[in-house]
Amino acid sequence: MKHRAELKNEQRELHYFRVRLVVGAAFAVLMFALLASRFFYVQVLQHDHYRTLAENNRISIVPIVPNRGLILDRNGVVLAHNYSAYTLEITPSKLDDLDATIEGLATLVEITAKDRKRFRKLLEESHNFESLPIRTRLNEYEVARFSVNRYRFPGVDIKARLFRHYPQGEALSHVIGYIGRINDADLERIEESEDAANYRGSDHIGKIGLEQSYEKELHGITGLEQVETDAGGRAVRTLARTAPVSGNNLRLYLDSRLQQVAEEAFGNYRGALVAIEPKTGGVLAFISKPGFDANLFVDGIDPANWAALNNSPDKPLINRGLRGAYPPGSTFKPFMAMAGLELGKRTPSYTIHDPGYFMLPGSSHRYRDWKVGGHGSVDLRRSIVISCDTYYYGLANDLGPDNIYNFISQFGFGRKTGIDLDGEVPGLLPSREWKMKRYKQKWYAGDTISVGIGQGYNLATPLQLAVATSALANNGVTNRPQLVRTIEDVRTGALKNFLPESLFRLTLKPENLELVKSAMVDVTRPGGTAAQAGMNALYPIAGKTGTAQVIAIKQTEKYVESRVAERHRDHALFIAFAPADDPRIALAVLVENGGHGGTTAAPIARKVLDFYLLGKLPDAPTLVQDSVTEEPDHD
Amino acid sequence: MISRLARRLVAHLDGPLLTLLAALMAVGLVVLYSASNQSLDKVTSQMMNMVVALGLMWIVANVPPQHLKRLAVPIYVAGLLLLLGVALFGDISHGARRWLHVGVTRIQPSELMKIAMPLMLAWYFDRHEATLRLKHYAVAALLLIVPVGLILKQPDLGTAMLISASGFYVLFLAGLSWRILAGLALAFAASLPVLWSVLHDYQRQRILTLLDPSQDPLGAGYHTIQSTIALGSGGALGKGWLKGTQTHLDFLPERTTDFIFAVFGEEFGLLGNLLLLLLFLVLIGRGLVIAANARDLFSRLLAGAITLAFFTYAFVNMGMVSGILPVVGVPLPLVSYGGTSMVTVLVGFGILMSIHTHRKLVKT
Repeated sequence: MKHRAELKNEQRELHYFRVRLVVGAAFAVLMFALLASRFFYVQVLQHDHYRTLAENNRISIVPIVPNRGLILDRNGVVLAHNYSAYTLEITPSKLDDLDATIEGLATLVEITAKDRKRFRKLLEESHNFESLPIRTRLNEYEVARFSVNRYRFPGVDIKARLFRHYPQGEALSHVIGYIGRINDADLERIEESEDAANYRGSDHIGKIGLEQSYEKELHGITGLEQVETDAGGRAVRTLARTAPVSGNNLRLYLDSRLQQVAEEAFGNYRGALVAIEPKTGGVLAFISKPGFDANLFVDGIDPANWAALNNSPDKPLINRGLRGAYPPGSTFKPFMAMAGLELGKRTPSYTIHDPGYFMLPGSSHRYRDWKVGGHGSVDLRRSIVISCDTYYYGLANDLGPDNIYNFISQFGFGRKTGIDLDGEVPGLLPSREWKMKRYKQKWYAGDTISVGIGQGYNLATPLQLAVATSALANNGVTNRPQLVRTIEDVRTGALKNFLPESLFRLTLKPENLELVKSAMVDVTRPGGTAAQAGMNALYPIAGKTGTAQVIAIKQTEKYVESRVAERHRDHALFIAFAPADDPRIALAVLVENGGHGGTTAAPIARKVLDFYLLGKLPDAPTLVQDSVTEEPDHD
Repeated sequence: MISRLARRLVAHLDGPLLTLLAALMAVGLVVLYSASNQSLDKVTSQMMNMVVALGLMWIVANVPPQHLKRLAVPIYVAGLLLLLGVALFGDISHGARRWLHVGVTRIQPSELMKIAMPLMLAWYFDRHEATLRLKHYAVAALLLIVPVGLILKQPDLGTAMLISASGFYVLFLAGLSWRILAGLALAFAASLPVLWSVLHDYQRQRILTLLDPSQDPLGAGYHTIQSTIALGSGGALGKGWLKGTQTHLDFLPERTTDFIFAVFGEEFGLLGNLLLLLLFLVLIGRGLVIAANARDLFSRLLAGAITLAFFTYAFVNMGMVSGILPVVGVPLPLVSYGGTSMVTVLVGFGILMSIHTHRKLVKT
């Protein structure tokens, strides 16, 4: 009985146990079903999603930065090129301790204080996951040293990069400009443009000069490489590759030797010179003194150099040719003379007697001539040769502001010339409308008088003056100034030439042109204000001197150069074209605080003309020494 | 003579069980070859692990359950002492104190507990079979909680969980009343906040990460994200053996050990996964059949608990890899690379075989 009960009990227990076992089994099946449904969800329903994620994991698109186009002068001399060099780059986002890393690196390769400062500056300007150069131009020994120790520096890499280099130094800095690292403002601009994809991988962009204005041509088309990468981001193999297309080369009108000659001709003076080929508008030389070493900017300028350039009273970073607006002074007179002749306000024989001043009818205010006591009797030719102010006071009054504005603006004054550089300023050719808008004042007769001699509200850039001079040389056809002559597609060899583009076509009477031009030739001959600069020239030079006041002189005061602080001295101006009968070059020179146009500006022009027309190098490196001549050519 | 010897050698092995184990181990080697980037060294080393583990399994299978029963208490006590030793003198590796130096080698006592726990509890319930009361369950719970607590302290959440599960299965199979089970479930739910507060930061992070892996894609969430991508991108039929990009491009972490299932799922797809599940399920089924047919309570409880624990290992690992469970560092039994887990699992199956092949010799 007991045994049976035990047995029964046993069987009941076994039954209970088996029920529990079945429950356990059911639980296992249920959990596995849960897994199976999870697999189904992930592997079938969400398969596309995860496949994409896996692909993204696996394949990274690596941009291949194209070679930037070269910039060459008209003779093929290289003005901007690329060279390959190793840089040591840090990706700060991958590091825990940046300072320790830099210290560690400094034990392997030389890292100067300058490098560190520059790196700090880059770091401040950089966006998140960029790699930044701590050292550029590593030599092979340094590369080897780092490579051996590389495992110690995660987030630090050696990269072979193309560097931009400007072999011509300061002489061309304002024309070529420079590229620099893409900053936040650039990035914003790029992202808004349709070019955003093309800049994936680029760290540099043209910042100023031709590098900026021809950025689209120079940059090239970024190539792409589809690279299979592992989880560490290391490339395993290349799956597909689209080769980059190198940027186009720019070939300029500019002659780099002429540029050098012109640059040296300035000596220690500040100023600008723009020389143009009248028939095409091609810019032969474009100087803004002082210049700077554009190479400093390419990989981020260090703070010390930046401060030196930025704080210098000489303002080397300002492109004076393009952005410096100066009163044109007496260089304005030939254009006034043309207006007088063309508009019938003056005949060649019309002669005034110059008492040394001009008075408006019904006014006692004397508009003084630069020459106390006056020039005596002056006709149009003589008014140019000796630069008589009084003649032009009267002419301006007779023409009136509207005529002056309408006629002279056709030489390109008061508006941007449209040169292929960014940042040009329009200068100022005043008009009634302008004055009303600007000063809410009506035009006074006195305003016209000062405009007549290129003073008053008048402002022109050296570039504008050169363009106007070139238009005069070109018999009234104003061509848009153009630095780049040809864009060369490196891949196809296709050339895109810039054809001359006329801004204005003035129909000028040949006899009027002849008169003004020959008067300008006389300026550079004995008796003219630039006689000394024109001495012994083997070709006729048509020129005009000018002086732009920096400070106003009181009615009763006389301007004495030696009494005026250097920076308050007048700016010297000279415009010229040559050979006068068949002009191949037209130019404008501005020498800041140079005093007289004839003594400082004209000799610079002569050196440029001699070199361009005769291939003659200037024998005397310095300017004409004797600034005091017997007949001071004030203008 | 030779055939008699051979028969004696295999007498205590279970054919179906052995076949299923061999199948799973074969799958393991095939996947390991891919996961290790075709390293024959790794495969050979794993085969060595298998040989050792199979040898131990054979030995255990030849030990009659009565002897195992006698060994239950010493093994449990030894395990407990070793755990204490770990807590006091253990080696720290990866921030956890799990290993103990014993002479030239070092051992992981928590692994021993995976066998010792069901053994001990099965022995305990068997001993008090006739007079089973609530207090016995309480004592059993204590026997369970002490080592689990020590393992949690190491900290090793995964192993603690698995050992709790194996112990719990004994309690459950021994007939712990449904009311108490429900009460325990409630108590567990209620204690969750307390549990949360004693968890280590990284353990909490794992749980948070499970809820939203994208929260920490490069940290704790990385494993789950990459393994789910591996599975998902495998699709219905998989990318093919040796062709998993997640695997071969290094995106998958710990792909020969805890995450080997992701490699399998990427290369063999849903179809492979379902077949693998089936294989596991049949193996578990066989284990439960052995439990159901076992002669005495000790054998029953032990066989059932070992089988269900084995299910738990597999489920937790695959759930972790597919992103429905937190990452707790549990290998996929029989498939993941590693000797320790192989030995533990095969010794467990050795016990099952022993129970099955000795059942007719057991007198009740």
